[in-house]
Amino acid sequence: MNYDMELKEKIAAQNSQSVQKKVVIDLRDLRKSFGDNHVLNGFNMRLYEGENLVVMGKSGSGKSVMIKCLVGLMQPDSGYIEVLGKEIKTLDRETLDILRSDIGFLFQGSALYDSMTVRENLEFPLRRHKERMGQNADTEPLVLEVLENVGLAHAIDLMPEELSGGMKRRIALARTIILKPKIILYDEPTSGLDPITSKEIIELMRSIQKKYGTSSLIITHDVDCARVVSERMVLLVDGINYAEGTYTELSSSNDPKVEAFFKK
Amino acid sequence: MELALQAKKNIKHFFTEIGELSHFAGRFFREFLKPPFEFKELLRQCYQVGNRSLVLVLVTGFIIGLVLTLQSRPTLIQFGAVSMMPNMVGISIVREIGPVITALICAGRIASGIGAELGSMKVTEQIDAMEVSGTNPFKYLVVTRILATTLMLPLLVVFGDLVALYGSALVENLKGDVSFQLYFNTVFDALSYGDLVPATVKSFFFGFVIGLVGCYKGYHSKKGTAGVGIAANTAVVMASLLVFVVDFIAVFVSDIFYEL
Ligand SMILES: Nc1ncnc2c1ncn2[C@@H]1O[C@H](COP(=O)(O)OP(=O)(O)O)[C@@H](O)[C@H]1O
Ligand SMILES: [Mg+2]
Repeated sequence: MNYDMELKEKIAAQNSQSVQKKVVIDLRDLRKSFGDNHVLNGFNMRLYEGENLVVMGKSGSGKSVMIKCLVGLMQPDSGYIEVLGKEIKTLDRETLDILRSDIGFLFQGSALYDSMTVRENLEFPLRRHKERMGQNADTEPLVLEVLENVGLAHAIDLMPEELSGGMKRRIALARTIILKPKIILYDEPTSGLDPITSKEIIELMRSIQKKYGTSSLIITHDVDCARVVSERMVLLVDGINYAEGTYTELSSSNDPKVEAFFKK
Repeated sequence: MELALQAKKNIKHFFTEIGELSHFAGRFFREFLKPPFEFKELLRQCYQVGNRSLVLVLVTGFIIGLVLTLQSRPTLIQFGAVSMMPNMVGISIVREIGPVITALICAGRIASGIGAELGSMKVTEQIDAMEVSGTNPFKYLVVTRILATTLMLPLLVVFGDLVALYGSALVENLKGDVSFQLYFNTVFDALSYGDLVPATVKSFFFGFVIGLVGCYKGYHSKKGTAGVGIAANTAVVMASLLVFVVDFIAVFVSDIFYEL
């Protein structure tokens, strides 16, 4: 924990030094409804380069909808979305695919391809992005590297059904980082895992962030996860960015809607 | 009043469904000509289609040939026309029974399989995961499956036909002392291109609708595990129904050609 505080202070100090922080994701006035179900009602958020931002909200509050809009998996009803300096709405398929290779997406339920082995799962993102690495590049070292990173090199020839929930999440994380993305979006990285495995996944997220220097957007309703990984937090309530601040600031707030998140 | 409202809703639902299915088919035709082509996945899917249904098709075909011949025998004997057996059974199997039975088996086995497979990929976000990793999931999953069923169904029909004819020949051989060679020679003499071509063309269309419906139902499956079950189930119903619709159209069209 001590180490945590140190790291956070260091990053906070760095951040305050560089006044001009680069914005990697800019969301403005995002709105999305499904029929009468108004999920997002003008959500705003910015992710700065190298930072760990946690967006917290109850289940069903529209967190997944929000990040799906970010990568163009869902079209918002209105609003401005800019990722790495490009407005998502204006991109054609080709450019969007290229942009997407800079964005890692860890899905809520891991989303491993269950008809493929671990190796094939990891090779899949490389199919279209081989140009980046050179057409004839041998993918084996890359696959092994990310597997080493998540500590599962021995699982390379297993099928997803042979893996435990925690292992699946690690493989999914490995698949997310295989293209060395600049931004990683985590959709509830610890959901459905026991507390110990959750901790391991969080550790892994932090070591990956340190190693590759990615900017991370972490979506969660898990307060413990938020406490450990967040440098800054946004609370998603009633479809808007209801409150923002550090974990310490928000957890000592008196606003009942904010307090509700931190009550045990 | 309630009933009328319900009926109105069902009819509306039916036409929405037809519209969406046509739209899905349109997307297939737009995407399947554009590179990159997923040959490896196509081969894998062809293998899957054959693997899932070949044994069923063979067993069913054999039994149908056997039963059809056994049941027609007394009537043909009554009319003193038992020597017409190869012509009659051969033509009905090749023109109608073989393709339709094979298609129905595949509707049950393959459309539901595809519906369930894509449905579960959809609800577990595997399709989304493909999309964000730069592979067009429609091309990779849907186009390959529809092509695979379209190409494989005629092949399965040929196997089904042959086994059904063999079943029929077996009965004639045991009960009527007709040699296999004579039986098959008579059948192939009786068959003309007018029988073979429409049956083959029809089989391609059967394969197409089976793949199309399976993929459509799976790809648009609703959230949750219940959605996967519904996708598989409705895929079978809709595919079987469409097989008959295609069959009806095919008979209608080939009839027009005969008139000419
Ligand atoms: N494809 C969809 N069609 C209709 N409603 C949807 C769809 N996706 C999400 N929703 C609705 O949007 C709301 C927010 O969902 P989601 O973003 O998944 O919540 P969470 O914050 O738990 O990730 C829910 O009420 C859900 O029912
Ligand atoms: Mg969610």
